[in-house]
Amino acid sequence: MSNRQELNRNLAQMLKGGVIMDVTTPEQAKIAEAAGACAVMALERIPADIRAAGGVSRMSDPAMIKGIQNAVSIPVMAKCRIGHIAEARILEAIEIDYIDESEVLSPADDTRHIDKTKFDVPFVCGARDLGEALRRIGEGATMIRTKGEPGTGDVVQAVRHMRKMQSEIRRVVSLREDELYEAAKELAAPLDLVKYVHANGKLPVVNFAAGGVATPADAALMMELGAEGVFVGSGIFKSGDPAKRAAAIVQAVTNWQDSKLLAKLSENLGPAMVGINADEIETIMEERGK
Amino acid sequence: MKVGVLAVQGAFAEMEAYWRAQGADVFEIRQRADLERGMDLLALPGGESTVQGKLLNDLGLFAPIKERIVGGLQVFATCAGLILLAEKIDDPGARGGTRPERWFGVLPVAVRRNAYGRQLGSFHTVGVFDGRPDVPMTFIRAPAIAEVLSPEVKALSTFNGRPTSVRWRNITAFTWHPELG
Repeated sequence: MSNRQELNRNLAQMLKGGVIMDVTTPEQAKIAEAAGACAVMALERIPADIRAAGGVSRMSDPAMIKGIQNAVSIPVMAKCRIGHIAEARILEAIEIDYIDESEVLSPADDTRHIDKTKFDVPFVCGARDLGEALRRIGEGATMIRTKGEPGTGDVVQAVRHMRKMQSEIRRVVSLREDELYEAAKELAAPLDLVKYVHANGKLPVVNFAAGGVATPADAALMMELGAEGVFVGSGIFKSGDPAKRAAAIVQAVTNWQDSKLLAKLSENLGPAMVGINADEIETIMEERGK
Repeated sequence: MKVGVLAVQGAFAEMEAYWRAQGADVFEIRQRADLERGMDLLALPGGESTVQGKLLNDLGLFAPIKERIVGGLQVFATCAGLILLAEKIDDPGARGGTRPERWFGVLPVAVRRNAYGRQLGSFHTVGVFDGRPDVPMTFIRAPAIAEVLSPEVKALSTFNGRPTSVRWRNITAFTWHPELG
């Protein structure tokens, strides 16, 4: 593995136990940082609005991203379309701290992801199961997140993906060494990465939860299921009191095992985002890019 | 030896593994009650200093930990941990956002956050640490020690002529990550 890949995995390690928040303006970025976000995701429209607006959704305006970079000292991430090498190059040129090659935007390539080993800047990618996670890592992703169903405020997919990934990891650990070749074939994943999971019982990179996290309890649930931190998209700035909700989710991720504290954190947060039941939507973003 | 690792955010699992590998009895500090277990050394891991600083306050950990550090408890701090300890946070070129003057403010150095730039400025090198050669040093969006504010502060390693790790009384602090090896 190259030196850059290692450094990029290391940055994700520094984000663990933290909350990465979607923001659309420098003011929101400052609110997120002050509330304890460990990084922000700069984007023109949060997923709920992308879903509502429909049409083709693309990388954000670099000027808008730079405005957010100038507003905070924490790492700034931004999204490019799946397979859009040029958008990723542009984000690298403005020295973004992490690129999210994201199914929330309209895919630019319906079969291939970006060869992320060709970049110096790190990438996070979504995955619904172990095979998908290992394929992305094989392409050079240095951080993984569940895909959830962005913009819905419904945590059900994130739970499904995280549970599936963790149970597949446990299965790989339980195999005999000579069964790993067949497992790699079934998972459609690189053999060396399957061997890593067998030996270590975890992904070789940091694994966050994303999609539908809207409350401190949602965040605590994802930590319970094995997430190493959470992304919160529409859940904060689509809610009644973003600063208070953001700070409560940050504390919930740190002390997800303390139910008494979670009860206190969940009090008087104002209305959560209304949300859409994930069964009632037409555009299924998690299906994008396998 | 009993080591308490601050586990509010960041690479605390790596810090725990580092101390376990040295035979220490390790526990996590996530809230005030955890401090009552007592410790021989406090380890402050890497992560985001703004997040850790805020959580220390929100969780009521700030004052009791500071009291122990001032009282002479051994402290081992990396990256964000160093920023939390520094007497002065001096980043004139820094961008806006959260710009605290200090957190614990006990270690007589001035630190500059994100001194090597964004993630593209992160790097790995090998150098001399405390007289030992060939020690791997990983800098992730690292701070720099811009100024040493007391002659009692001893530099343990340097990069481009500037100290990258220091020892002062009961505190050992790094701008890089010995726990990442």
